[in-house]
Amino acid sequence: MPMAPDKPVAPKLSDVPTPEGRFGAFGGRYVPETLIAALEQLSAMYERICRDGKFWDELHDLLRTYVGRATPLFKAERLTGHVRAGAGAGRGATIWLKREDLAHTGAHKINNTLGQAMLAVRMGKQRVIAETGAGQHGVATATAAAHFGLACDVYMGAEDARRQHLNVVRMKMLGANVVEVDAGSKTLKDATNEALRDWMGSSDHTHYILGSVVGPHPFPMIVRDFQSIIGREIKAQSLRLMQKLPDTIVACVGGGSNAAGAFFPFIDEAAVKLVGVEAGGRGKGPGEHAAPLNLGKPGVLHGSMSYVLQDENGQTADVHSCSAGLDYPGVGPEHSYWKDAGRVSYTAATDAEALDAFTLLARTEGIIPALESAHAVAHALRAAVEMKADQHLVVNLSGRGDKDVDEAARLLSIRAESPPGR
Amino acid sequence: MSRIDDIFADLRRDGRKALMPFVCAGHPRRGDTALLLPALERAGASVVEVGFPYTDPIADGPVIAQAMHGALRAGVTPRMVFEEVGSIREWLKVGLVAMVSYSIVHGVGGAGRFVGMAKDAGFDGLIVPDLPLEESGEVRAAAAAAGLTMSMLIAPSTPVERAEALAKASTGFVYLLARAGITGDGSGIPDVSGRVSRLRTFSPLPVAVGFGVSTPEQVRGVVRHADAAIVGSALVRRLTEAKTAGRDPIAEAEGFVGSLAGGLVG
Repeated sequence: MPMAPDKPVAPKLSDVPTPEGRFGAFGGRYVPETLIAALEQLSAMYERICRDGKFWDELHDLLRTYVGRATPLFKAERLTGHVRAGAGAGRGATIWLKREDLAHTGAHKINNTLGQAMLAVRMGKQRVIAETGAGQHGVATATAAAHFGLACDVYMGAEDARRQHLNVVRMKMLGANVVEVDAGSKTLKDATNEALRDWMGSSDHTHYILGSVVGPHPFPMIVRDFQSIIGREIKAQSLRLMQKLPDTIVACVGGGSNAAGAFFPFIDEAAVKLVGVEAGGRGKGPGEHAAPLNLGKPGVLHGSMSYVLQDENGQTADVHSCSAGLDYPGVGPEHSYWKDAGRVSYTAATDAEALDAFTLLARTEGIIPALESAHAVAHALRAAVEMKADQHLVVNLSGRGDKDVDEAARLLSIRAESPPGR
Repeated sequence: MSRIDDIFADLRRDGRKALMPFVCAGHPRRGDTALLLPALERAGASVVEVGFPYTDPIADGPVIAQAMHGALRAGVTPRMVFEEVGSIREWLKVGLVAMVSYSIVHGVGGAGRFVGMAKDAGFDGLIVPDLPLEESGEVRAAAAAAGLTMSMLIAPSTPVERAEALAKASTGFVYLLARAGITGDGSGIPDVSGRVSRLRTFSPLPVAVGFGVSTPEQVRGVVRHADAAIVGSALVRRLTEAKTAGRDPIAEAEGFVGSLAGGLVG
């Protein structure tokens, strides 16, 4: 009897990484041998807790009672009205805000730091370290460290410590030691270098709580998994509030942790359009932006293969963004994988567009977003105008903007003094 | 047989050990590397590691990282390093090992291309410190095809079975890190005799020990067990200081490495 040939089952796009940490051509583990044992230990512990229901029960209990999850999915009616006023007939999607800004410490970063701090405790490590750009991951790490009674050192570029001073004060109040990094560009990339250097000599008693979906395997996977609660909540809330899945989800992308968390549960839902928004800065020239997925090429930075902004010799390029959290030349390897697979589209919003969106959201909805999240809002405004009025667009509002008010006021006053065209 | 193999075979036959200084290409000034290499040879180096400056060298401490940033600010590129080394190669007997981040290997066009340029410039071997065993297949194959050695690093935290796999994947010599952490000459070096003798049970390759070696006594302590002592930050720091103070960095490096070479005998 002739046998029907087995139909090959298409592998799901979400079925990554491989055991070696590969997301297609991206990811991997490009770090000195000194760190391999610590990464192996982390991989093994993570594999164990993945089968440990008690770990996840404990984490979800904390996320509920300590972080305040689930964060609301809020219908931004006045912002939607603003979009519809400038849209054609029957156009202008309803805009919803996933309110990660309402999570304890004011951003999504806490979802990951609590999970990783619990991992640190299970591995018997008494100290945690972190890198931070905008300071939100530093604050969230300092918070988790205080909650679990761990020593905490946070590396922060000196330029970022200046423009995000409020978060420096918060970290110190939480008992963390803030180490300002004066090397290189004095921003997130250099803070990450220093945190990795610390870990090279301290991994026997220290866990490195990496703050984004970057770095060597298993960090991109672990951070994505801890952040995926954002997307799972969006899914459940959309079904309840819209009676369907959203048409589009928009999130800003620096390293890409809030976007990965919002997108991952939707990766196999082809009908949901996913858009990542990078920092367009002040132009497309070298050093003017921080948009590796839009303007970079594959390379290696901080332990993984991904799109990166570098020169023809593999040297990391200078970057610029008004937002310290997006001011990074690399991006998580899974985003590179999603880009090349055509699953997620990546665009950029400029400093000016982000500042406009920052102001508009404050005035239409009474919500001051983080400058990072304002990039997502900026693109959402562009996208919603083109969408139909019965469609729904969710913006992941990854953080609140208290930390940014001084810097935003400074940038807005500079702009007021030099109007365009002069 | 590569030049590195010959050098270690000769040393072994004579019962001698090797000094392996590290310099950062283009440091302390552009053009100094072509002057430093003969000076280090005169001072008693058997092999010299030439570091390719990189913006984000996570395995390196502040001394080497600052040297690299200085060289990059001076406009040093991998092509310039190859040209400079190529210009002096025929007058040198020392083995030359390129110490280079995988970001640069990938950035200039991949393993085959980088290894080809290294070979043409007269390098004898490669160390890619941020390329662990699992990711190293392509570079090792390219190095083997070109006749260059490729030394893998073994850390204090490396389990024995993995150390064996790393040694088996190496050619030329094995690079044993004396301690965890980043490069730097501040905290001295622990006793590595146990690790070296364990390594010898499964690998015939010469063992070079680095990280923290900065005095003739430390060189002596290392080569009592190992085949070679690597000196990095201590030399780079002296080069930086000499340039800053307006002294001749080349002469100073020759004097310093010459004094370290005293630790190879007796």
